[in-house]
Amino acid sequence: MNLADLVAVVLFGAITVYAIFGGADFGAGFWDLFAGGAERGARPRALIEHAIGPVWEANHVWLIFVLVVLWTAFAQTFASIMLTLFVPLSIAALGIVLRGAGFAFRKVVPEVSEQRVFGVAFAVSSVIVPYCLGAVVGGIVSGRVPKGGQAGDSWSSWINGSSIVGGLLAVTVCAYLAAVFLACDAHRLGESDLVGYFRRRAVGAATTAGVLALVGYFVMAEDAVHLHRHLTDRALPLVIASTVCGVVALTLLLRDSVRPARVFAVGAVATVVWGWGVAQWPYLLPTSMTIEHGAAPDGTLIALVVVTVIAAVVIVPSLGLLYVLDQRNSLELGQARAPSITTEN
Amino acid sequence: MILAVDPVPWARAQMAFTLGVHIILVPLGVAWAFMILVAERKAMKHGDADARLLARRWSKVLAVTFAVGAVTGTVLTFEFGLLWPRFMGRFGDAFGIPFAIEGLFFFLEAIFLAIYIYGWDRLSPRAHWWSGVPIVVSGIGGTASVIAANAWMNQPAGFRLNAAGKVVHVDAMKVIFNRAFPYETAHMLVAAYLVGGFLIASVYAVAMLRGRRDRYHRLGFLIPFTIAAIAAPVQMVVGDFVARAVFHDDPTKFAAIELVSKTGTHVPETLGGYLDARGRLHAGIRIPDAASLLSGYSTSTKVQGLRAVPARDRPTFAQVNTVHLAWDLMIGLGSALALLSVWFGVTWWRRRDLPRTVWFLRAAAVSGVASVAALEAGWVVTEVGRQPWIVHGFMRVPQGATTNSGVWVTFLVVVGVYLAVGVVTVLVLRSMARRWRAGFDISGPYSPDPPMGPS
Repeated sequence: MNLADLVAVVLFGAITVYAIFGGADFGAGFWDLFAGGAERGARPRALIEHAIGPVWEANHVWLIFVLVVLWTAFAQTFASIMLTLFVPLSIAALGIVLRGAGFAFRKVVPEVSEQRVFGVAFAVSSVIVPYCLGAVVGGIVSGRVPKGGQAGDSWSSWINGSSIVGGLLAVTVCAYLAAVFLACDAHRLGESDLVGYFRRRAVGAATTAGVLALVGYFVMAEDAVHLHRHLTDRALPLVIASTVCGVVALTLLLRDSVRPARVFAVGAVATVVWGWGVAQWPYLLPTSMTIEHGAAPDGTLIALVVVTVIAAVVIVPSLGLLYVLDQRNSLELGQARAPSITTEN
Repeated sequence: MILAVDPVPWARAQMAFTLGVHIILVPLGVAWAFMILVAERKAMKHGDADARLLARRWSKVLAVTFAVGAVTGTVLTFEFGLLWPRFMGRFGDAFGIPFAIEGLFFFLEAIFLAIYIYGWDRLSPRAHWWSGVPIVVSGIGGTASVIAANAWMNQPAGFRLNAAGKVVHVDAMKVIFNRAFPYETAHMLVAAYLVGGFLIASVYAVAMLRGRRDRYHRLGFLIPFTIAAIAAPVQMVVGDFVARAVFHDDPTKFAAIELVSKTGTHVPETLGGYLDARGRLHAGIRIPDAASLLSGYSTSTKVQGLRAVPARDRPTFAQVNTVHLAWDLMIGLGSALALLSVWFGVTWWRRRDLPRTVWFLRAAAVSGVASVAALEAGWVVTEVGRQPWIVHGFMRVPQGATTNSGVWVTFLVVVGVYLAVGVVTVLVLRSMARRWRAGFDISGPYSPDPPMGPS
């Protein structure tokens, strides 16, 4: 493996982690959106708030890391992607602002009416952003982004079969992960009715994701030929692993074992992302630009590898500490309480 | 489908606007954590309940401003690609490196800020205090990384181009530690503490003017103001050093700052004034020989004029006037803030108290806005003063810009969204303060804190 491939692996590793942790945070927003009115949705929303409050910013940094590695290691490809997919990426960037600001504000305002406005901003953008990012991936894998820092079509690059499936799949996978994670959090906090609430939603999202993956398989046969071909040969083990993980997770969910289900849910998503990477290899932009041709000079790549090693030594344990403290209830209230009463104690 | 408009001015405007908003949040992210730790340490050492309450409330407000800062910073990350794809495509190999390091610091900052904010009452006091230290460190490191990238645009280094203009060799260390890195970084770090200090102190100055002069408000004023009062005079020294470095490293920018059209010696320092379309100086107060003296310690120091560089390689006269005006504003406000600091320092040294006159608090109350204006002005000097280059000497701004003709749409949307977020941020922070004053804690369902009840 040469240096460029190594950095591509780092990039995919970061995308995987973002898809899992950032994805679960987006998905929490999805469930927040569909939790119903202020009263009915109070307890699930409070749980969502507790679950993602301490971690969403740290999880969000993976996106920054992905963008930075992409523009540093594969600058021309980054330019092509940003030029071509200007529209969905602009929407995603603004969605991220509304989402973060909405979430931060909802926490600290007293009135239900205000909480509702910020809650909607947070929840709606939590659905739009992953859709846009999924559509961007669809545009890339279907070869709609030209090489060499050139702009492709501003509209058909993200309004096409692969992009639509990609967007919907991203939203669904986020919702799936979030439901599994939230069921675990509810279990940990002893909120048994919410365990069932999110377990049912996890099963629904898992089924939808499975159907969408199947639809995607047929869409890609026409639309993303390179990816389709290699998903069925060299990436096949990963596709099988993902399916197995998904089925096991589903079985465990139905049997009410939410904690082990979480491991398999993560496995199902991670293997899908890796399946995408392996199937797309050796291309950055199928099938016009390879990783090797698109990579920065060695000096840049070495710097990125050094940064990655530092991240592995410093950031990963720090993140671990955050998650451990969070899961030990060292960072939040012991139980989720009903929202809307903020000024009375 | 969408009206096609030249994207370059709109891309410029959008980048300037979003950076201009983000830069206000930076001093809070960088310097406030330090102040919070000072307050918490005071609380731990002396059992100071006021200091503890301050640290707690400040950390909750910081959580809000950090979230807004994090998402507006994310927009900037996207904008490098959305607005400047041809710049990134050609120079991302080099320019990107400092951002990779910044990513590490941003990670640390986000992780430990969460542990700190959500860890009140959950972690032991010592562990809690120490969990704040990485926030301070990563604020400094993150600032240095971003400034390294900006400094590289001013003094590009550490790369080699082939005949086609493609980057073919990169030396990461030389990219990061370019010529402008040390002085730009020092200047911005001191600015972060200066602005953060004055900004927070000004809130408490207003409260004290309104009659809330209890120990809690006094402490809320003193901690940030002391830090700012140390930073302001230091910034005078650092700024002087930076100006001389710019004189040596970037004579065109220096000529714009000093409004010097023709190369010469015995160059006066011009306060105010402007160049007309033909480059002739109008109005303004001239201090004889001062620019020469300040830049080279001698009145006969030769200062290169704007005309020494072909017109297409230097800022237009309108841009020069902008740079000069911004420079005057920065120097004027910076000096006034330094004087305010000295006033405070001397009074405190003599009788351990604030100056008694209400004019001190009035001045302190506007110091926050003034310091933000100085920060923005300084940033205008460095950015407009680099024009027409995006990478000095290598790439012009229009060459780096996007070709998407719909940028005017995103510009308008971005301005709308940012104004809304800005206004709401201020309203939300004010409502938090109001509820605290009314004796309620901001706990509710979403807060990390157990309720404290009316105090």
